[in-house]
Amino acid sequence: MYVAVKGGEKAINNAHRLLADRRRGDRSVPAVSLEQIVEQLALGVDRIMSEASLYDRELAALAMKQSRGDMIEAIFLLRAYRTTLPRFGYSEPIDTAEMRIERRISATYKDLPGGQLLGPTFDYTHRLLDPALMADGEVEPGMAAEAETGRTPRVSEILAHEGLIESDGDLPDDHRTGDLTREPMEFPMERDIRLQALARGDEGFLLALGYSTQRGYARTHPFTGEIRIGEVEVLLEVPELGFAVSLGEIQVTECQMVTQFKGSAKSPPQFTRGYGLVFGQSERKAMAMSLVDRALRAEELGEDIVAPAQDEEFVISHSDNVQATGFVEHLKLPHYVDFQAELDLVRRMRAEYEANQKKQEGNGGDTLEAAE
Amino acid sequence: MTMQQTDMATYNFAYLDEQTKRMIRRAILKAIAIPGYQVPFASREMPMPYGWGTGGVQVTASILGPDDVLKVIDQGADDTTNAVSIRAFFQRVANVAVTTHTKDATVIQTRHRIPEETLGEGQVLVYQVPIPEPLRYLEPRETETRKMHALEEYGLMHVKLYEDIARNGHIATTYAYPVKVEGRYVMDPSPTPKFDNPKMHMSEALQLFGAGREKRIYALPPYTEVVSLDFEDHPFEIQKFDQPCALCGAEGVYLDEVILDDKGGRMFVCSDTDHCEKRREEGHRGPLAAEAPEMHS
Repeated sequence: MYVAVKGGEKAINNAHRLLADRRRGDRSVPAVSLEQIVEQLALGVDRIMSEASLYDRELAALAMKQSRGDMIEAIFLLRAYRTTLPRFGYSEPIDTAEMRIERRISATYKDLPGGQLLGPTFDYTHRLLDPALMADGEVEPGMAAEAETGRTPRVSEILAHEGLIESDGDLPDDHRTGDLTREPMEFPMERDIRLQALARGDEGFLLALGYSTQRGYARTHPFTGEIRIGEVEVLLEVPELGFAVSLGEIQVTECQMVTQFKGSAKSPPQFTRGYGLVFGQSERKAMAMSLVDRALRAEELGEDIVAPAQDEEFVISHSDNVQATGFVEHLKLPHYVDFQAELDLVRRMRAEYEANQKKQEGNGGDTLEAAE
Repeated sequence: MTMQQTDMATYNFAYLDEQTKRMIRRAILKAIAIPGYQVPFASREMPMPYGWGTGGVQVTASILGPDDVLKVIDQGADDTTNAVSIRAFFQRVANVAVTTHTKDATVIQTRHRIPEETLGEGQVLVYQVPIPEPLRYLEPRETETRKMHALEEYGLMHVKLYEDIARNGHIATTYAYPVKVEGRYVMDPSPTPKFDNPKMHMSEALQLFGAGREKRIYALPPYTEVVSLDFEDHPFEIQKFDQPCALCGAEGVYLDEVILDDKGGRMFVCSDTDHCEKRREEGHRGPLAAEAPEMHS
């Protein structure tokens, strides 16, 4: 029995072999291909890319396959790969106004320049299981609207003309955008670092926190100013060339949550914004992120900090699911040395307790009752 | 898009890229310069989970050279699963010599124990640290605890230990027992049993502490004063075992309790497997040595 808890190399190797066997499952069923995962489990692939902070659908699909569909394990696999990649530069900020839009909705305007575009959404589907999917039937091709060319102004720009919404703001000239993955995190943090942390934060955790703000824990009266999903170009300034070159396009989901603000000594009453941006198509994550981003701006806007979602240290320290799962799951590693120390202490305290009990019994029952 | 098989062999020596190693070495040097002070560093994702020793692994990866001899222990043993796994990792990515003998090792990575054999000059002990902040369970906020360290405001810790005494008659902290380093910083020794605390004091070896998830490195240079917190009338005490190791007969060492059956049968054996094996090789025998020859296979 004792030998069993001590693993040894052989046990580990055997465990890995069994894992590989279970991952593959019944050999008479064809293995799933990366192309199938990329094409047919696309939203899962997008989540892995987002929370691993690496835009690569094929690698994300590989991670999903290798992790047997365990999303956090897949995110971890991709992150551990990402961390070994050399950093050859930082791209220009992407311009989402220039996005090739596939979906774009605003809840604050009935219609707006650029229009409302539903795109591929679950929103108005009836959640009825579709037995037709059990067979590999024909699926009609989608009918994409004629792609609008040119700039589609973001809804924040529309309100900005009246000065009713806070502007994007300006960064000081010497501001260098931080990199969460290359510098130690420090609290309190700048918003750029905070948004990076939220962008890779766990979808479920941010969803719950965003939800809590809607239920009165730091209420911000949010409206979905706009959600847009589509392709944006990534540009990299190459010093040798003196101009930016295109690296290609990535799909992103952007959410701007517009929230009421009564004003403070520093700023007039106006609408403030919470911001969410994630790789691929993930409205839930982008919306939750923008709610939490807004809640975390409490200090900046002079609001009282009363709820978990407003607490930067609490939120950011616990939003990373790779860290969280590691520390929670490490409890299954052996701890017997420390447990031994505790066992020794409890035995000692127990002996003292029993000795006391005995002494009190000798003194008569009344004192025993009082002691209890 | 690089989809070709990425073999471990294509990784840099000891896994981390040289830039990252330099960053970590700078943090280590700072930590050595300010004993007991927690230096923030840009911890990387490692190919093992947080909580499995990513901090220790990063420190080891940054200090390891091709001529080093590495020993890895967990709970004092060389053959616990995670120790085996980390040792195999460095064999694979750094191709370094490994050993289970404490005295032959130049770098020892550990979780939860300090070897029984006194470490000497030139040896480095790397601790895996889960929560580097000794004040964390008294004050969860990093912004606060950093201030407390800066102001040397450790009253809260003494109050905690005092409350232990008031409630239980003695200090009820048995592992991760806080120490004061060179009369300045209160430091978490990592969750080693307090039995090991005295070994840190004036140690000839360099002691490095890595916390990956919490992104902190701290250090005890050789010959550093390390004092376990206590009170005059309640001096610091280490655990004492009533019996010697059942296998090698060692006394004054830390023992694991091994359950033998479901009727309360148990034996106590050395937690430090190398120490136990060495003693048995030297001919020492404990009371149950004959009955359990396969214990530390």
